[in-house]
Amino acid sequence: MFDKQKAGEIKAAAEKWDNNVKSKLEKQPERRVVFKTSSGMEVKRLYTPADIENMDYANELSNPAQYPYTRGVQPTMYRGRFWTMRQYAGFATAEESNNRYKYLLAQGQTGLSVAFDLPTQIGYDSDHGLSEGEVGKVGVAIDSLKDMESLFDGIPLDKVTTSMTINAPAAVLLAMYIAVAEKQGVSADKLSGTIQNDILKEYIARGTYIFPVEPSMRLITNIFEYCSKYVPKWNTISISGYHIREAGSNAAQEVAFTLADGIAYVEAAIKAGLDVDDFGPRLSFFFNAHNDLLEEVAKYRAARRLWAKIMKERFGAKDPKSMMLRFHTQTGGSTLTAQQPDNNIIRVTIQTLAAVLGGTQSLHTNSKDEALALPTEDAVRIALRTQQIVAYESGVAETVDPLAGSYYIEAMTNDIETRAMEYIKKIDDIGGAVKAIERGYIQQEIQDSAYKYQMEIESNERIIVGMNKFQIKEGSPKGLLRVDPVVGEHQKQKLVTLRQERDNNKVNTSLEALRKAAQTDENLMPFIIDAVRTYATLGEICGVLREVFGEYQQSVIL
Amino acid sequence: MDRPIRVVVAKPGLDGHDRGAKVVARSLRDAGMEVIYTGLRQTPEQIVEAVIQEDADCLAMSILSGAHNHLFPKVVSLLKERGVDDVLVVGGGVIPEDDIPGLIDAGIAAIFTPGTTTTSTIDFITQNIKRK
Repeated sequence: MFDKQKAGEIKAAAEKWDNNVKSKLEKQPERRVVFKTSSGMEVKRLYTPADIENMDYANELSNPAQYPYTRGVQPTMYRGRFWTMRQYAGFATAEESNNRYKYLLAQGQTGLSVAFDLPTQIGYDSDHGLSEGEVGKVGVAIDSLKDMESLFDGIPLDKVTTSMTINAPAAVLLAMYIAVAEKQGVSADKLSGTIQNDILKEYIARGTYIFPVEPSMRLITNIFEYCSKYVPKWNTISISGYHIREAGSNAAQEVAFTLADGIAYVEAAIKAGLDVDDFGPRLSFFFNAHNDLLEEVAKYRAARRLWAKIMKERFGAKDPKSMMLRFHTQTGGSTLTAQQPDNNIIRVTIQTLAAVLGGTQSLHTNSKDEALALPTEDAVRIALRTQQIVAYESGVAETVDPLAGSYYIEAMTNDIETRAMEYIKKIDDIGGAVKAIERGYIQQEIQDSAYKYQMEIESNERIIVGMNKFQIKEGSPKGLLRVDPVVGEHQKQKLVTLRQERDNNKVNTSLEALRKAAQTDENLMPFIIDAVRTYATLGEICGVLREVFGEYQQSVIL
Repeated sequence: MDRPIRVVVAKPGLDGHDRGAKVVARSLRDAGMEVIYTGLRQTPEQIVEAVIQEDADCLAMSILSGAHNHLFPKVVSLLKERGVDDVLVVGGGVIPEDDIPGLIDAGIAAIFTPGTTTTSTIDFITQNIKRK
């Protein structure tokens, strides 16, 4: 960035300054002997041009929407339009969730994000034995196309974009979405949205897997292929670091393990005969936002640069869109405290700034009561307002990548990229992400970080305001959202009616066709869509696939 | 007691959040206890079986999905059915305070909510083990 002589002078001056400060430390010591980021980088007292003297602007940063996309994937970023404000919501029945969506849209939310309950995420109907006690709890219960019709009742699917947090049964829920749109008169090519569809991080960190690795990867590549032809505006996967971070990883590990998973998906799709530029542009990502504002900004920038290089250099992508890392962000649930929950609003504000300064494409802000229960309508509104205040009032959205050029931010961006590359190299040596997961390597790394973090809190080395410092006596929180246990019974009753009213011959025929196709190499999407149209339930469809594919056996690592 | 305290750490139900369970399991182990972690998606029957097979002194369950009112009491009553009455049962997770009295009545000795330190969990287990 500077000519050699100038850089040398700056460096010498900085060293002199630092030595001078050090000589006075005995009298005026700093708060810590060593300062470190979550990723383990030692944070220096001061950053100067000397820290980025070798930075090549054109190759390492470049301008927005130019390779390697460090500064963002759109030329005007938020000057064109703000990020999509997308609150993850869903609970109880489809009807109740539909009301929440309409409320959020009326409050100025710009995209939907569907939370499904655990039975839905694991492919069980609400009347399955393992669903007991779980129906409608962490999201909405969807058993069949009937529920999906209620969920989107009165919401035109060509006007909203919808993100669905669904993984193992992603093909089934996408099929239902396509079928609902069909009934609204909206063709699949007009649909836009995202399915999470990221099974590897389910094995690593989130736990809602169904099938073993190989058939799971096949379902994913089937979706890539089908959507590239018929649902071209759909984001076919959201490769997620969010849950990896929630499980305890640090920022550099979040980037590393997410991109390692990304590499595994690209390899699987290429192996299945797809061209990298046919599916590459529809890959999307999902990251966390924690409190360490500057490290988080550097993390997003490093992830963008690294993915661009991976797609171009490792996979030979030609289409710039294949190289652009587009991502959704959610603020960090695990950073919120049950103590003095109002403080969480401030944490979420910092995290919102991190995501926006890091160039996110969409954002979910957590509600202050996250550590206590599902959010109430009031808490969700405050969370949405937090985004709106940052967007409309803070001024940070007025220029692209405003922190670029900060000596510290650039140094940290470089550091996170380097650390992430080291991990990816290690994972390559193990034989790729799938092998590294099967061996428990990734899980172990995350658990070690989680344990370290907890011990730092318990030794007061890390301060969490209101939890291990500045505590107050508090009464129990009032007015939390409760899901009526009657929801489970209600869903069961709906299933009884459904099974009476639908044409069960058609259902069985479609399920048998799916079974046969699953035993071959055919793309399963058309068969799943057919089955969904006959009102075959999610549990029935996943049941057939369970019979053909078997189930994943978790490797328990402690 | 002449042997280390044996603890089964279990994840009942479909919930996949096991960061807390694993951190607790590891801290119990570091405190000298013998820890068996069941992994995810355990039915109440499987958990009771594990407690009996492992001859555990303590069962520590974690749920963050909201299914605690259903699953915790079910495990306790199955333990009773199998004649197991000397195992200390504790629970943790995202559990609203209003639910805690009901769970204590159902036979859960303590509920640890977000923000609990591992040391207080270790202390509670050490002091309340029923087997001597």
